[in-house]
Amino acid sequence: MILEIKNGVLGYGHDTVLSNINLKLEMGETVCLLGKNGSGKTTLFKVLLGILKPFSGTILLNGISIDHWNRRQFAQLVGYIPQARSLPFPFSVLDVVLFGRTAHLGTFTFPRKKDHIIAEECLEMLNISHLKDRIFTQLSGGEQQMVIVARALAQQPAFLIMDEPTSSLDFGNQIKIIKQINSLKNKSLGILMATHSPDHAFMCDANVAILHQKTIWKYGYSNDVITEDILKTIYGVEVKVCTMPSEDVTARRVCVPTV
Amino acid sequence: MPNKSKQMSPINTQTSDKKRHFSGLLFVGLAILLIVTIVFSICLGRYPLSVTDILSYLFTGKSSDQMLPTVLINVRLPRIIGAVLVGGALSISGAAYQGLFRNPMVSPDILGVSSGAGFGASIAIMLSFSMLGIQAMAFGMGLSAVFLALSVSKVIGKNHDKILMLVLSGMVTAAIFNALVSLMKYLADSDTKLPDITFWLMGTLSRITMEDIKVVLPVVVIGALPIFLLGWRLNVLSFGDEEAKTLGVNTGFVRFIIICCASLITASVVCVVGLIGWVGLIIPHFARFLVGPNYKVLLPASFLSGSIFILWVDDIARSATTLEIPIGILISLIGAPLFLLFLKKSSKKAW
Repeated sequence: MILEIKNGVLGYGHDTVLSNINLKLEMGETVCLLGKNGSGKTTLFKVLLGILKPFSGTILLNGISIDHWNRRQFAQLVGYIPQARSLPFPFSVLDVVLFGRTAHLGTFTFPRKKDHIIAEECLEMLNISHLKDRIFTQLSGGEQQMVIVARALAQQPAFLIMDEPTSSLDFGNQIKIIKQINSLKNKSLGILMATHSPDHAFMCDANVAILHQKTIWKYGYSNDVITEDILKTIYGVEVKVCTMPSEDVTARRVCVPTV
Repeated sequence: MPNKSKQMSPINTQTSDKKRHFSGLLFVGLAILLIVTIVFSICLGRYPLSVTDILSYLFTGKSSDQMLPTVLINVRLPRIIGAVLVGGALSISGAAYQGLFRNPMVSPDILGVSSGAGFGASIAIMLSFSMLGIQAMAFGMGLSAVFLALSVSKVIGKNHDKILMLVLSGMVTAAIFNALVSLMKYLADSDTKLPDITFWLMGTLSRITMEDIKVVLPVVVIGALPIFLLGWRLNVLSFGDEEAKTLGVNTGFVRFIIICCASLITASVVCVVGLIGWVGLIIPHFARFLVGPNYKVLLPASFLSGSIFILWVDDIARSATTLEIPIGILISLIGAPLFLLFLKKSSKKAW
C-alpha cells in the first residue's frame, strides 16, 4: 500500500505555501520531513490527511483518490499525531487512548471489551500503563505526548503521520519514541515524521525530504541528503556531520553544530 | 520496566472497576431521588394530596376525595411530566452543545433558538393567536433562527474556523431576534399584549396541558435518541474538528445531526414553557462533576439531574408564595449562587 501526493500545490486562501509537491510513502519505510519553522510541514500533513484541500494535485491512498475514501475508512489506514492539542474536558487517559479505536467502531456505537483490551495493550507497549486512570489534562506535556502516541497505536493504521512527535519530550522519552518508531517500521508501518532534529533521520535510518523554497528541495536517503552544505542552506548555521565509530551499536552519523 | 507495568495493571483494573461501580450506584441514587421528588411534587400544592389516597386511586380507580382525580390528572401530572421533560431536554442539549463547541460555557441558546422562539411567540401574541398558535410560532421561529445561524456561518465562514463562525453567527442571530422581540414589546398594547409577552418570556410550567405532553414527549424522545447514539463521536470531537477527522469522525455529519436534534428538543420545550435559561448551562457541569465527561454516562446523568432540579425549583415556585413566581426568575435566583458554590467545591477537581 502506498500513500502519495502528486503535483500538489498547497496553501491557504490566496497564499501558496508549497508547490510542485510529489512525495511517496511506502509501508515499512520512515520518511523524515525537515525544514525550518514555517516551511510548510504541517500544511503538507493537513493536505495528506484530507483536512485541507490542495489548490491542485491529487492525493492517493492505495491508488485511490482521497476524495473517494470516507473518514472512517481513511482513519483505519492513516493515523496522525498532531503537534499541539487542547482538551477542554477532563477525560481519563484510557478514554483518550480509546478515541483511537473510533475508526473501527460503527457510527452509533461505543467501544467494546475488545477495544479496551487493545487500548490497554498500547499503553503497556509504551510502558505508561500506570497513567491509565489519570486525567489527561493534568499530565505533563511529555506524558500527554506518550498518550497520544498510544492513541495512534490503538488506531492500528498502516501509515502514521507524526508532526514533531518528540518536541515536548525529555531526552529519555525522545529516545523511547525513536525506538518505538523503529519497531513500528519493522512491523511494516509507513511513517512520515516532521522533525527539527536531523539526528532523528539518522537514528531512524530514514529517507529525508527537505522542504525549502516552497517545495521539496531535496529527497533521498538520510546519509546522502543530510550534508553540511545542505544544513547550512536550510537552517543558516554551521553544522559538522560526523560518523561515529563503526564497530559500535551507535554506528551512525551525527550532527554537531558549531557554537 | 515491562515487569513493573505488568504488576501495576491489576491494580489499575481494580480502580477502573471501582469507578464503574461508583457511577452505577450514582445512577441508582439519581433515579431514586427523581422518583421521590416526583411523588413529593405530586402531593405538594394548593390542594394537598396524600400518597395513600393517590395509591388507592391508582389501584382501585376510586377515591374518597372527589377532587383527587381532577387535580392529579389535569393539574399535577402534566406539570410534573412537563418539568421532567423540560429539565431533561434542556440539560441534554446543553451537554451536547458544550461538547460540540468544545466549551463548557455554552448553553442551548448558543445558536439563537430561544431568541427565535421568543420572537415567534411575541408575534403570535400580538396577532392574538390561540395557545396552539403561539406554541407553533415559537417552535417554528426557534428552529428558523438556528437555520439562519447555520446558513450564515456556511456562507461567510468558508475559510475560517467552523466552530468560531458558528458561535459568532449564533450571537448575531440572537441579537437580531432579541431586537425584534424588543420591537414587538414596544409596539404592543401596554394594557393587554405587553404583559402577555413579558410573562411568556419569563417562562412558566403552569401552562402545560396533557395535550402538550402528548406532542412534546415524542419529539423529545426522537430528538434525544440520536444524541445518545452519537455520544462516542461527541467525546472524540473534544479534541477539535481536525483531530476528530483524523480519528475517523465525519465531523460535518455529526455536527449537523447534533445541532438539528438539540435545537429540536430545545424548541419543543421552550415553545410550551417559554424561556428558561441557566438549566442547560449549569446542569451539564454538575453532571460532569458527578460522572465525568464521557457522554455515555454524562447524557443520562444530565437528564436525571436536570429533571430533579427543575422539579425542586418548580415546587418552590408554586408553593413559596400565594402568587406563583415565574420559574425562569427563580431558576436564575437559585441557580446562579448554586453554580458559584458548586464551582468553588469542584475547583479542586479538573475539568
